[in-house]
Amino acid sequence: MPYYIIRNPYVTGNSVIAMKYKDGVIMACDTGASYGSTLRYKSVERIKEVGKHSLIGGSGEFSDFQEILRYLDELTLNDHMWDDGNSLGPKEIHAYLTRVMYNRRNKFDPLWNSLVLGGVKKGPKGDEKYLGMVNMIGTHFEENHIATGFGNHMAIPILRGEWREDMTFEEAVKLIEKCLLVLLYRDRSSINKFQIAKITTEGSTIYPPYALKTNWGFAAFENPSKGAVGTW
Amino acid sequence: RKPLSPVSAAMDAASSLMGGPSSADAPTDGEHRMGTTIVGVCYAGGVVLAADSRTSTGMYVANRASDKISQLTDNVYVCRSGSAADTQVISDYVRYFLHQHTIQLGQPATVKVASNLVRLLAYQNKSMLQAGMIVGGWDKYEGGQIYSVPLGGTILRQPFAIGGSGSSYLYGLMDHEWKEGMTQEEAEKFVVKVVSLAIARDGASGGVVRTVTINEEGVKRSFHPGDKLPLWHEEMEPQNSLLDILAAGSSDAMVQ
Repeated sequence: MPYYIIRNPYVTGNSVIAMKYKDGVIMACDTGASYGSTLRYKSVERIKEVGKHSLIGGSGEFSDFQEILRYLDELTLNDHMWDDGNSLGPKEIHAYLTRVMYNRRNKFDPLWNSLVLGGVKKGPKGDEKYLGMVNMIGTHFEENHIATGFGNHMAIPILRGEWREDMTFEEAVKLIEKCLLVLLYRDRSSINKFQIAKITTEGSTIYPPYALKTNWGFAAFENPSKGAVGTW
Repeated sequence: RKPLSPVSAAMDAASSLMGGPSSADAPTDGEHRMGTTIVGVCYAGGVVLAADSRTSTGMYVANRASDKISQLTDNVYVCRSGSAADTQVISDYVRYFLHQHTIQLGQPATVKVASNLVRLLAYQNKSMLQAGMIVGGWDKYEGGQIYSVPLGGTILRQPFAIGGSGSSYLYGLMDHEWKEGMTQEEAEKFVVKVVSLAIARDGASGGVVRTVTINEEGVKRSFHPGDKLPLWHEEMEPQNSLLDILAAGSSDAMVQ
């Protein structure tokens, strides 16, 4: 048995972005899964509900994400069977996933994903919003806004500049869509088909997939060499 | 398989598995691979699976009439692409499991269960296998279904699926020409056209087009020999000999 395995990813999902807002947590991603440079699968759901209080978004190797969903099914099923009036909240699910990811990393056999975990649960201080991420090497943290993959480079700067604590759902969606659009323009592996999901104390909603309008109507785009003849 | 550094891993995986040139293989003694084009489509009432028939070892065509569509149960078949050995072993195991499962269940296995067994083997042995498969069949609960199980062991249900090295040439075509709810005849004609277009451009695909149609009534296997496939761009009508052409006197002889 080789002491190091490190498998390559084959079918990979793109960035996931998420942020807290006034009523809870909002999460979004595109519905694509690539196979190397081919945009192979275009109707893939990469955000799923976990238990009553959380949403999970996964990027990276899709088969590993599917396996993680199976682990979470088992976890939440056992939790439900306790029938003790308690249910696992997002913080607990995040902690569980962190252990799973870190322990696989220690065996040099990682689950090749970056996972975003968000949710709302009643705590001692009332409804507590939670948002965190964990990746294939076990790095994990909590934040007000999270992005994986290319989103780290393109979306986080926007979120750092424009996110506020008390955004309404409409403001949050607008900000998320701004990030999704920038990813669509600048991330080669993204596709124009998105899913937004939200989770509040009332429950979670994963909205049906939709596409965003893109803007190409710049004079400079039509005539790139107009002001600089001979340019490449 | 040699472990690759994570940085170059994804790029290497993508290029080597799309059937790109493999300098490691000597021309004739590489591992048996099915370059392959495999297709599965749902139509109104069932599914049609199709595949080419070329198995190559390096540059040599080891088998020009292979059967890449294997039976798993009476109502579920699988299209195999990638390493011939790996997919044969997976098919054998899944057939064995499904046989027991059917006895225990007391009724035919569902397509979903069959596909998930394929997925389990593919996922749990992902570092050792090179197998891309399309599982298709009919059961009384969900009707005709197609499940894609690509490298890595992802499982995805789709209205149609393509796989193998020849599938690179089919993405655009399927985007353009696929439609829901075809009749059985339309679907059978469509998959033959699609596979033969891939064969025209993919060196690793060739030979005959085999199809398997599965619906409520049962299973129908079809054979479309290489010389009966439609001709595409820059392909010519096959002749017995130049002598026949000259005898017919109708050729425009290329004269300087």
